[in-house]
Amino acid sequence: MIPYLAKRLLEMIPTLLGITILSFLIIHLAPGKPTDVLTEMNPKITPEARERLEKYYGLDKPVYTQYGLWLKRVVKFDFGESFSTDRRPVIAKIWDTKQPLVERRLFITFVINAFSMLLIFLIAIPIGVFSATHQGLFSDKVTTVTVFIGFATPAFWLALLLMMLFGIHLGWLPISGLKSMDYDTLSVFGKIWDRAEHLILPVFISSFGGLAGLSRFMRGSMLEVIRQDYITVARAKGLHERRVVYHHALRNALLPIITLLGLAVPGLIGGSVIFENIFSIPGMGQLFYMSVMTRDYPLVMGILTIGAFLTLLGNLLADIGYMLTDPRIRAR
Amino acid sequence: MIEGCFEYSGTVAARMRKILYLIFVFLIIFGCRHKSPENGKQAVKTVSDEPAYGDALVAGSIGEPSILIPMLAGDSASHDVAGLIFNGLVKYDTDLSVIGDLAESWDISPDGLVITFHLRKGVRWFDGVEFTAEDIMFGYKTIINEKTPTAYQEDYLQVKKAEVPDPYTFRVTYRKPFAPALTSWGNLVVLPKHLLEGKNITKTDFGRDPVGLGRYKLRTWTPGQDVILESNRDYFQGRPYIDRYIYKIIPDPATMFLELKAGGIDYMGLTPIQYTKQTDTSYFSKNFQKFRYPVFAYTYMGFNLRHPFFQDKRVRQAIAYATDKKEIVDVVLFGLGKPATGPYVPDTWPYNPKVRTYGYDLEKAKILLKEAGWKDTNGDGVLDKDGSPFVFTILTNMGNSLRMNTATIIQWRLAKIGIKVDIRVLEWSTFINEFIDKRRFQAVILGWSIGLDPDQYDIWHSSKTKEKEFNFIGYKNPEVDTLLEQGRRTFDTEERKKAYFKIQEILAEELPYIFLYVPDATPIVHARFRGIKPSPIGISYNLHRWYVPKGLQRHAAMEP
Repeated sequence: MIPYLAKRLLEMIPTLLGITILSFLIIHLAPGKPTDVLTEMNPKITPEARERLEKYYGLDKPVYTQYGLWLKRVVKFDFGESFSTDRRPVIAKIWDTKQPLVERRLFITFVINAFSMLLIFLIAIPIGVFSATHQGLFSDKVTTVTVFIGFATPAFWLALLLMMLFGIHLGWLPISGLKSMDYDTLSVFGKIWDRAEHLILPVFISSFGGLAGLSRFMRGSMLEVIRQDYITVARAKGLHERRVVYHHALRNALLPIITLLGLAVPGLIGGSVIFENIFSIPGMGQLFYMSVMTRDYPLVMGILTIGAFLTLLGNLLADIGYMLTDPRIRAR
Repeated sequence: MIEGCFEYSGTVAARMRKILYLIFVFLIIFGCRHKSPENGKQAVKTVSDEPAYGDALVAGSIGEPSILIPMLAGDSASHDVAGLIFNGLVKYDTDLSVIGDLAESWDISPDGLVITFHLRKGVRWFDGVEFTAEDIMFGYKTIINEKTPTAYQEDYLQVKKAEVPDPYTFRVTYRKPFAPALTSWGNLVVLPKHLLEGKNITKTDFGRDPVGLGRYKLRTWTPGQDVILESNRDYFQGRPYIDRYIYKIIPDPATMFLELKAGGIDYMGLTPIQYTKQTDTSYFSKNFQKFRYPVFAYTYMGFNLRHPFFQDKRVRQAIAYATDKKEIVDVVLFGLGKPATGPYVPDTWPYNPKVRTYGYDLEKAKILLKEAGWKDTNGDGVLDKDGSPFVFTILTNMGNSLRMNTATIIQWRLAKIGIKVDIRVLEWSTFINEFIDKRRFQAVILGWSIGLDPDQYDIWHSSKTKEKEFNFIGYKNPEVDTLLEQGRRTFDTEERKKAYFKIQEILAEELPYIFLYVPDATPIVHARFRGIKPSPIGISYNLHRWYVPKGLQRHAAMEP
């Protein structure tokens, strides 16, 4: 096992390197420069000033030199400084140690995604099992239609409707943001409740759209297992149907879900631009979108590299998960 | 797995329809019901209208400030917030004349080369140190420093010599008289020397935790959420009435409007449709006050004058006759703006009301095109000349629906005189770098934000046509060049007015741009705020005099 892991970890290095080279090239190929924010269409800014700024940011050097300089810093775990006017370190934008933990972008996105992923798994797996065991029946079709409505509903539209309903008409929930104006005056319990209230709509919206994929996947995987001979044997032995489904079938049907769990790891830090913008949640999606629009190369690269690393790590974890749970794979 | 979905029996299908119908009704009910929320009650109470200290103003903003040092900031959110923290030597009065701010008065030498500012005494930075001419000198040296990543140094490079004869006097000498010089000494160059001297301005925390001397000081800044400012009790023009100014970041305009309705924010800019339709309810008229005044900006359609189609002035005039500006203002802006006749805002001093105008007149347009040699020889409905049909593309940037709608209207109108227009919408950076800078365009719809000073040398002067410069349409007129020189080399307003009036006449005749409209700013503020005096420069200039009467205050007093 250990040599296998070591081999896999070593294999990650060239992959990661390849990803960063491609990303770096592609973002530099996109027209526009980070200095555009400062200089675009402002008659007070001379071409000399623009050139000077480009030099300041090192943009006058060839791309491979820029990549080399970047790589040199990154191997020391330094993602450099953002190109936006505030010149803050990339890491401080993602994980601002001057702010309390609950205000850091990565943490905010992580919490929302973790909650919604938990919700998705908690709801979608039972739905999938239910659909599979009630295949073709009316109840199967209702759940199928419902999850597909969730899948097809544009998140921004549903978000606005729910904000109007719960925020304005009923006045039960806050509309946007992470905390209320009077947050500082609240008791500890009040603060927790205030934050929880703000998370209800975003978590609901982000999980609603995710139900379809996982529940359909679960349904398919379950149906496949149910057709297997050993299930027939189990039934023939006279086992109770519930024991057949939950003990024998479900455990095997859950195996492919491990892959999905592994693939979900990078998703934990990648926020959705759309719902973060709608709910004014300062998460990773917003940060990434803004950095792309302003051509903030170091920040784009920082987020991409972390994302790529987590994707690879997720794959590895999924494989380890298989080894731990599936004796057939372990044997190889 | 999916195929099962299509095998509904009749009754099942009927039940499904019923369920879908119920969902539909649910959405209709909650989507369309317009019930006012609870928080409308307090405005009805009668209270004394005495100015009082206290309460908080929550302003909604789409963008987040990046850095609170004016000379390093590039985005409007940063300048908005930094403008509350820093003051300049001079500022504009409500009638657009220049008045003193940190400078009490100033003298300009008769030859216009030397400006001497006499500073106000006893103004203090937030940390208690007195503000002196040394701070201005320090700011000036910083902005012209090669190592400072600022984009605004151009005006300051014109300075030949800067001196500090005594702590309350600052004197600058120019190489040539330079009319925009006076107003350039606004808040870009005011920095506390005692805190920043010898430090690398980009490496300090100052940009996120500035020490200023203005109306408000920074209290907390939570990235992505809000910037909370508290009033400067020692402000040299008196303590602001409103204790806290909260700059709340809400990137989505629809959410911002919902927050306004729910009472989460007090102050935001409305879009034309929000101003005319969505806030036209009794709830809004009872709880909010709306304002409207022209923005210092205009939107235009610019022609690439190097392109053979547009070299003939008659063609440009014909397009102007075929473009109904009134219609564009009414349809695109819901009437919230004015048709533009030149590059200045109507009713300001440089604006010339008597230039040639082009009312909507298709006949005149057709005659002019015929004179210029454009005829529909092959009968396909599109004019042609020397075998090439009159087809051109209007480029504009993504994300600005006003410009896209304007382009569509122009496309439709020009089709009526036999000109076929294509519209192409591009992402901003791509648009500027690949098309404007490389001059690969036929016509563009864009806007200029214009400063309060009428100098537009960089936009119209023939020396400014190189790559990346702003006369990207390639306009060249020696007379305009001379007049632009004249306008920026004298401080005499009457002289300048003459020059800029003449420039507008020439531009109106030659039409390098078709000036389309000057939009209105349409902010909305909660009704409990009093003391707002709308003026041509907007409403926020006297923010420190806004107040909420005691009985109407919503937010608890702040512990100091």
